[in-house]
Amino acid sequence: MRVVELFPELLGTYGDGGNALVLAQRARRRGFDVELLEVRVGERLPSADIYLLGGGEDGPQRQAVDLLRSLGLGDAYVSGAYVVAVCAGLQILGTSFAVEGDEQYEGLGLVDVVTTRGSRRSVGEMAVTVGDDVLVGFENHAGVSALGEGVAPLGQVIRGRGNDGRVDGYRTERLWATYAHGPVLAMNPWFADEILTSVLDADLSPLPSVADQLHAERLRALGL
Amino acid sequence: MPGAITFRDRLAIFGVRILNFLSRHTGRGSGTVVGGRLGLLVSPTLLRDLAAGRSVILVTGTNGKTTTTAMVAVGGGGEVAMNHTGSNMLEGHVAALVQSSSPRAVLEVDEKWLGAAIEGTSPEVVILLNLSRDQLDRSNEVRAIAERWRRLWSESANASIVVVANANDPLVVYAAETANEVRWCDVETPWQSDAWSCPKCTRPLRFSPTDWSCECGFTRPPATTSLVGDELAVDGRRANMHLALPGDFNRANAAMALTALVEIGAELGPALERVAQLVDVAGRFGVRHWRGHELRLTLAKNPAGFTAMLETIDAFAGELWIAINARVADGRDPSWLYDVPFERLRGRVVHCFGERRLDLATRLAYAEVAYELSSEDSPPPPSLPVTVLANYTAFQEWLERSAK
Repeated sequence: MRVVELFPELLGTYGDGGNALVLAQRARRRGFDVELLEVRVGERLPSADIYLLGGGEDGPQRQAVDLLRSLGLGDAYVSGAYVVAVCAGLQILGTSFAVEGDEQYEGLGLVDVVTTRGSRRSVGEMAVTVGDDVLVGFENHAGVSALGEGVAPLGQVIRGRGNDGRVDGYRTERLWATYAHGPVLAMNPWFADEILTSVLDADLSPLPSVADQLHAERLRALGL
Repeated sequence: MPGAITFRDRLAIFGVRILNFLSRHTGRGSGTVVGGRLGLLVSPTLLRDLAAGRSVILVTGTNGKTTTTAMVAVGGGGEVAMNHTGSNMLEGHVAALVQSSSPRAVLEVDEKWLGAAIEGTSPEVVILLNLSRDQLDRSNEVRAIAERWRRLWSESANASIVVVANANDPLVVYAAETANEVRWCDVETPWQSDAWSCPKCTRPLRFSPTDWSCECGFTRPPATTSLVGDELAVDGRRANMHLALPGDFNRANAAMALTALVEIGAELGPALERVAQLVDVAGRFGVRHWRGHELRLTLAKNPAGFTAMLETIDAFAGELWIAINARVADGRDPSWLYDVPFERLRGRVVHCFGERRLDLATRLAYAEVAYELSSEDSPPPPSLPVTVLANYTAFQEWLERSAK
């Protein structure tokens, strides 16, 4: 499996590189061969089984979407690659997103999602029910993301704001997006394994670790 | 008391003294914030009046403020007014200037308060150490701070301030280059992840081991202070630097502190001698004791600080305890743990302490570093000397818990 972290210098404000590391390590511990690559500005887009996009501020976010458009991330996705996107990454994959002021900037358009600027910034821990599980994380953004018809959210928000106070992120067959930024996969090992199960197309053996304790502790801290 | 003290100021100063005394003696605080705040309420011009007529040096930047402030204070010799407790906003500055009537003052300043501190104290010298990501849950974008600093120097009142600035940090250079008088310092600055793109044109900056530049012409300025090996040069004066404090970052802090001291007329050699003897800054680095353990406490608050400190503690044998909290003063989001290259601790066993020890342990597990979950109630038994590396509030807890 090849895991590619996209532009850590632009979209890595919140330790987002942790997500790529977590996927790689959890696959390796189950005996899979994993190559973990970083793509920096000026480099070409290597083929990959899964690409990861992190969070970033307005300027770098615009720079990243321009680069990803010219490098053809959309084509890679359409031809079968998986994508995990958090925070600014979530906005980049949509149709358009807000930048400085109220200006809208064109996204990659992989998913019908329009992000506008909300009236206030949401900063704090969040929790989202995803199927039978609960995703916990930290959000820090001012975006309000409206999902187009037929676009499924990742889950229902039970703490924090996510897209709009009701739902968080979105989900397609090969794409996961959430406002829980930074190393969300470190805090939610079940989510990392759900992604790996799809990408590797394999039943994974359980991998008990301290990450499970961390997830349980954060749930308790949120009163869940 | 120097300066232009009004009757209103006298009332305010009386209030500051009473409140700070009460705060210290009731154990509710370290006795600087409450009093200072009241003082400014009673007399809004209090800081300016207290600072008038004094020679003031301000120290700011993401990392190294407290240490550099201590270095400037000790290096100048004699009494100096300073904010010992690290309370680095205006109320802390007021408290420091009420506490000491010395004609010299050195104050550490929170990055976001530099403009107000300059307005309040009319400093002779401002030291700009470095800028990197810190506490992003408070939206402290470093580029916005650099932009704010950059605009300060165009105000006519600030035209005579000498800025001592780190030439190896592109964001600091961007923030300082508009000042009339800059003393550029070529000092080790390993963290460059926040200065990846040009602050002027957003194109990628090119870094070499000794230089950086951008296609747009923005480039590293020639320095008048340099530290190569042990050899320190400040504006043509030379001296050998051997500090009691560990770490390249402390050597960088010392070079910048000494540059500021030379600027206000100190002699480099004697000032360096005094700085070199500093062994303990606000409880950091000195040896302390706790339940039979011999502890050396170290503090790091953000990825740049941790990266530098991990390198430094390589040389400290014995046990390693790391303590992480995520309270408001720490930043409530510990995502930054994944920006710290903990991989370099492979081969050591880390005891994880603090309210967010599970976040730390998870990070270490993915970095393939051996760890133990520990707590103050069930610490490991005393054996080897212990290095405690803690972030802000965790460090304060360890400082209070342990004794000299």
